[in-house]
Amino acid sequence: MKNRKVKNWFLMLLLLSLFLLMVCVLAICTGSAGIPVQKIPEILINGKGTVEHSILFSIRLPRLMLALSIGGALSLAGVLLQGMFRNPLVEPYTLGISGGASLGVCLNIIFKWYVVLGVIAYPLSGFLGAVLVIAIVYSISMKKGDLKTNNMLLIGVMISFVSSSVVMLLMAISHSEDLHSIIFWIMGSLDEPNMILVKIAVTVSIAGLILSYFFCLDLNALALGEEEAIHLGIQTERTKRCLFIIASTLTGMSVSVAGIIMFVGLIVPHFMRMFVGQDHRILLISSFLAGAAFLTVCDVISRTIVAPLELPVGVITGIIGGVIFIYVLSRKQVLL
Amino acid sequence: MTKAILEIDKLSCGYGTKTIIRDVSLKVVDGEILSIIGPNGSGKTTLLKSITNIVKSEKGKILFQGRMIQSIPRNELARKVAVVGQAVEPAMMTVQEYILLGRLPYFRKYQFMETRKDILLAQRYMTLTDTDKLKDQLMSEVSSGERQLASIARALVQEPALLLLDEPTSHLDITHQAQILGLIHRLNQELGLTVLMVVHDLNLASEYSHRLVLLNKKDGHIYRTGTPEEVLTENAVRDIYDTPVIIGKNPLSGKPCIFLATQNII
Repeated sequence: MKNRKVKNWFLMLLLLSLFLLMVCVLAICTGSAGIPVQKIPEILINGKGTVEHSILFSIRLPRLMLALSIGGALSLAGVLLQGMFRNPLVEPYTLGISGGASLGVCLNIIFKWYVVLGVIAYPLSGFLGAVLVIAIVYSISMKKGDLKTNNMLLIGVMISFVSSSVVMLLMAISHSEDLHSIIFWIMGSLDEPNMILVKIAVTVSIAGLILSYFFCLDLNALALGEEEAIHLGIQTERTKRCLFIIASTLTGMSVSVAGIIMFVGLIVPHFMRMFVGQDHRILLISSFLAGAAFLTVCDVISRTIVAPLELPVGVITGIIGGVIFIYVLSRKQVLL
Repeated sequence: MTKAILEIDKLSCGYGTKTIIRDVSLKVVDGEILSIIGPNGSGKTTLLKSITNIVKSEKGKILFQGRMIQSIPRNELARKVAVVGQAVEPAMMTVQEYILLGRLPYFRKYQFMETRKDILLAQRYMTLTDTDKLKDQLMSEVSSGERQLASIARALVQEPALLLLDEPTSHLDITHQAQILGLIHRLNQELGLTVLMVVHDLNLASEYSHRLVLLNKKDGHIYRTGTPEEVLTENAVRDIYDTPVIIGKNPLSGKPCIFLATQNII
């Protein structure tokens, strides 16, 4: 039975990796200048200096890396949070992290911090906003040394509301060109010219995946409820604290680099749960891979569907993700 | 003198500022089935939860195998004390996956998969609890009686020295009541498992326990401890439950059997 399970897991991972590989090739080849698949090896080996080489390395590849890591990070954060709150409606943005980040960016745009700091001001202000919210949610819900998960959720939702109202207020009193850039940032984009930020995104998301694996069995036990998990010898307090920090770092990083990309963190975990079940040992990695692939596909669509214009990727993830999810849910009798 | 596996000494505990049980002293002897009975709100479940440290004790101490229970690391305790809760979460996992979770306390650091031994143990207790045929069904899709059986199997996989059960038969039909309590009795006889359980139904408690502990809701103390014959007297039940009863004898087992003696019975 054990071998069968492991075999199934490997099969699943193999399939997902193949799918991801195909998606990556697709993402590299499509764009305003189409590069045929068979030319890619040649460009890689002796294409240095050509236009295609620079398109590949300075436009397509960074964008692909970013899509993969943000997609992976958001769905991983979704799995972790849904698992720890035992609530299927929780997603990375429920905790108010996105609200804090957008408030930060909004302030940056209105007060023109970017004039002083340069482009880095956007992710920096977003990240500061996210960290601030994380600190508030964490410290309020820490009572007598234990983390009250329901309080945490409510506080997060409230902070979300407060910050989005403040963002609206700021938008209402801002100039129209500021308004445009705020809206564009909020809708999310994977266009990130800064290579360092791309590298940070890749590192953080992979580190998050590795760290969360230390808690995969704890998450399995938490599915039975906190008391049961304690009875199984799980250090629930420590686990919840670590998971919260991992998930919020992943989310904060994603939001500050790529803006608010909705739905990935909500839908991909549910989707994967239908296929691989509740066991977090396989769920974590498969959600990560599937999220990476999903966001990459959405990004390809968002750049090609109305080319040469580009749609915000968050719009595509919402529409495609939502429609696919409803379809699958109506076809398959599953309980969430 | 028989050995006590669990010793509760002058324990008081409750929730927040509300103390539910006061000065409770109790010994669970190795190899017995001890049932806690008492009215709703008398602190039966609280007492059970204080043993696993979910409810913090205000006063008094709890010794498990001679050690202060708070000083035993959580996962070591989970290898010695298993708990079957009142209602089992209908999680989206198969019965077998659920039962295998009972092996978690035995996982070494950085161990990722179950060992062959874990699988074999799960198999053995699934056969014993008759949950074998359900193993690939989801916990959310089996009946509550079957979930309760799976929960007992999960507890047994923990290979505990002491099994705690919180109303294992509430909400179940008599088939499952008899099945579950029969199983507990068999485990006690065959594996020598010590059992401490909360039971609501006085007749079931009387049938299936060596000793009873009757909690008094009015003052939070223990009203009486002893064999079913010693504890379940007409006076005691009237005092504690404020209900007139007649105590008879079960014609088969000879254990006390309670009949309601209220005026307005049809």
